[in-house]
Amino acid sequence: MAYLDAASSEPLHPAARAALLTALDDGWADPARLHGDGRRARLLLDQARQRVAAVLRCRADELSFTGSGTQAVHLAVLGTVAARRRPPTAGPAVVASAVEHSSVLHAIEQCERDGAQATIVGVDRQGRVDPAEFAAALPRAAAAARAPERRGAVLACLQSANPEVGTIQPAAEVAGACRYASVPLLVDAAASAGRLPIPGGWSLLTASAHKWGGPAGIGVLAVRKGTRWRSPLPADDREGRRVPGYPNVPGALAAAAGLEALDSERLTRETALRALTDRIRDRIPHVVPDTVVYGDPVRRLPHIVTFSCLYVNGEALVTELDRAGFCVSSGSACTADTLRPSHVLEAMGVVTHGNVRVSLPRATTADTIERFLAALPGIVAKLRGSADPAVSA
Amino acid sequence: MSMPRQPAPPGPALTIDALGRKCPIPIIMLAEQIRDVPLGALIAVLADDPAARTDVPAWCGMKSHEFVVERALPRGWAFVVRRCY
Repeated sequence: MAYLDAASSEPLHPAARAALLTALDDGWADPARLHGDGRRARLLLDQARQRVAAVLRCRADELSFTGSGTQAVHLAVLGTVAARRRPPTAGPAVVASAVEHSSVLHAIEQCERDGAQATIVGVDRQGRVDPAEFAAALPRAAAAARAPERRGAVLACLQSANPEVGTIQPAAEVAGACRYASVPLLVDAAASAGRLPIPGGWSLLTASAHKWGGPAGIGVLAVRKGTRWRSPLPADDREGRRVPGYPNVPGALAAAAGLEALDSERLTRETALRALTDRIRDRIPHVVPDTVVYGDPVRRLPHIVTFSCLYVNGEALVTELDRAGFCVSSGSACTADTLRPSHVLEAMGVVTHGNVRVSLPRATTADTIERFLAALPGIVAKLRGSADPAVSA
Repeated sequence: MSMPRQPAPPGPALTIDALGRKCPIPIIMLAEQIRDVPLGALIAVLADDPAARTDVPAWCGMKSHEFVVERALPRGWAFVVRRCY
């Protein structure tokens, strides 16, 4: 079986696995306690925090571990809006790209139900926001909030890169515009952390350990010093008062080990995986007729390639590829829990059916990719033959 | 500058009923039947799969046919396409 769905979850890195097993024995006690076992757990947790902060280029005291990337995003969005709320007349304004992760969009929807005004910035056909258009939305959002005392929105959200099509967003340019407009910027770096350098200029940063080869059940939330943020949840002293609940010390250590390992291998792996995804991008249109490859061909995550095969059902394609030994995901409708196609493909205005996302884990070989390229044409041809609408006309 | 009065747009030369059919079926039907209308004529696709709202215009863009308009129906939408070649 060839696992080609690293963008959903990168297999646990051996370094993370080793750290997890050790930490299960050493880091089980309550790190808030003063006894020896507690102090040891505290030491391990602080160590994990420092190591993750070093890779993500932030201060250790700015970084909290959460229960998931989604929880980190929810806390980042809701906590920033909560800290800037000006009742009762001025609804806070939030700006985000149309291709953010669903956790960002759902958190913003909740803010809207609580009176916030959201401005969603569209993307081009490659899935990238135009930084000038994003910047222009900042004062508009302020006007929508009828808050003339504010020069901008209370929060802007932009991912570092898109997890579905791999396109890298102009986060640094948008950060500059946000700084100019005095708007805190949340950068959701879940797709790129450990794979690309973290773009500078963020006020809040989120990521998820299982995307970088760490364990499930660990996310990170970093809040830059000086950023106004207030927990939207009941008070709790854990994790710098940002994340309630007993911390997962073994998970944090494993996350740190996985991130360091991925980061240290970054350049060699990036080169290797980019060559493989370039190969897929180059070959697919030749070996499968009526196929379109999505996302920016150059400014993209090295491990992701997404394409659509016209006239094929995406769900059937994923099932047939699985049967042939390839685990991939799809943005087509009916391939997840939803009847709607991916909001990212919709926002890009591209064909959503017959969609396949191939995302390469760290150890992918050229041989696997050649086998995939050899298997795909026959599978697509077979499905196209079986989808003849003439029989139903 | 006076513009000549535009005649009322003619109705579609052919209407494909893909209501109740999931994508890619409406797109397959469109691709197969667009050659049944004369060059420059309109063909309408009726569909109620929300994916068609993205996929019909995207398919037209890929295949260089003209996506004319989307109209809401009591159930689903009518997508009007002009055959360009």
